[in-house]
Amino acid sequence: MKPSPFEYRAPASVKEVLPLLGLESSVLAGGQSLVPMLNLRLAQPELVVDINGVAELDYIRADGGPLRIGAITRQVALERSELVRERWPLLHKAIRFVGHHQIRSRGTVGGSVAHADPAAELPAALIALGARLHLRSSGGVRALDASEFFLGPLYTAREPGELLVEVEVPKQPDGAGTGFAEHARTHGDFATAGAAAVVAPGGRAGIALLGAGPVPVRAEAAERALAGGAEPREVAALAAQDVDDEHRRALCTELAHRAIEEAMG
Amino acid sequence: MKISVQINGRTYEGDAEPRTLLSDFIRHGAGLTGTKVGCEQGVCGACTVQLDGEAVRSCLMLAVQANGRTLRTVEGLAADGGLHPLQSAFHEAHALQCGFCTPGFLMSMDAFIREHPDADEDQLREALSGNLCRCTGYLGIVEAVEHAAREMREA
Repeated sequence: MKPSPFEYRAPASVKEVLPLLGLESSVLAGGQSLVPMLNLRLAQPELVVDINGVAELDYIRADGGPLRIGAITRQVALERSELVRERWPLLHKAIRFVGHHQIRSRGTVGGSVAHADPAAELPAALIALGARLHLRSSGGVRALDASEFFLGPLYTAREPGELLVEVEVPKQPDGAGTGFAEHARTHGDFATAGAAAVVAPGGRAGIALLGAGPVPVRAEAAERALAGGAEPREVAALAAQDVDDEHRRALCTELAHRAIEEAMG
Repeated sequence: MKISVQINGRTYEGDAEPRTLLSDFIRHGAGLTGTKVGCEQGVCGACTVQLDGEAVRSCLMLAVQANGRTLRTVEGLAADGGLHPLQSAFHEAHALQCGFCTPGFLMSMDAFIREHPDADEDQLREALSGNLCRCTGYLGIVEAVEHAAREMREA
């Protein structure tokens, strides 16, 4: 239950971080997932690159445009942000289901996304919100839709030499409602499943599920049905139609229904 | 690596390999054995301490990450020899048996109640969900925390 030896570097800027990244190194953000994996020796990197000192990645700002969240921003900062609570309430709702308060005090927004646990709350919420993820490497920058980023459990489109630097969440339509629902056996544990929904007046919607398969999924058929005027119950069934296991499908249907109803107020 | 950590108002200096967990530095480097080590994977909450006022799992931080930072452990709770309201309340409400989980509960809830002085029972129960106790049961703990929250609010 102790990590195997590793080399440790704690650079103070993104520029210094990038050359250290690669197959043999792990990025240490909040450490709430990586450190358990180190302790259990499920991860045995040669080099741990601690980005907690990279102050340029610690921000939440909007300036009238999209919400921009630096990757090292603590989850508790997102939870406490008035800006987020007022204008991106889905993130405020979702973040309160992430771990416990003693986890959110260290855990980071970027870490939760880059770790890519299929049962994590933030990835699903970000997919529902149509977020973009910004990556940097020594070779340059690129941005991906959150819905393209997750490729499998703990596996993403991030290349070994890339660092997730920012989460960008577009402005939400005026009057859009949001809903988030999940089921976990104990509050704060990883959820069995959950659903996130944003519904704008007129029916334009973003709906995503967590714990429904190997990656968080955007429920596009359900979004189309809702825009076409379908009832929430029918939309929820569509959202969960591809979930494999019968119990999990029933659970996802119910949670999607609750999230959509909440969003439609 | 040489590190220097302020714990309960005192500076502790020591050598820590990068892989040394903060929980182990607190217990073995600083000799403060009030902080307990349970699961070492962030689940049980026994090792919870306060880092710059925020409750954190000390088993999920490397000791080198605490270099230059300020920590508070259970030894720092009782000011001037008198028990902290949470400690008195745990005593009164019989909120512990073996006591192994208690330091984690105290450090978690002290931070939580200071941030949420008006928390109701549901919120306190939710906040308690990050710490596990396997012998007392939670009723006494909930009672103690509610009582302490009232005391801390009025203090």
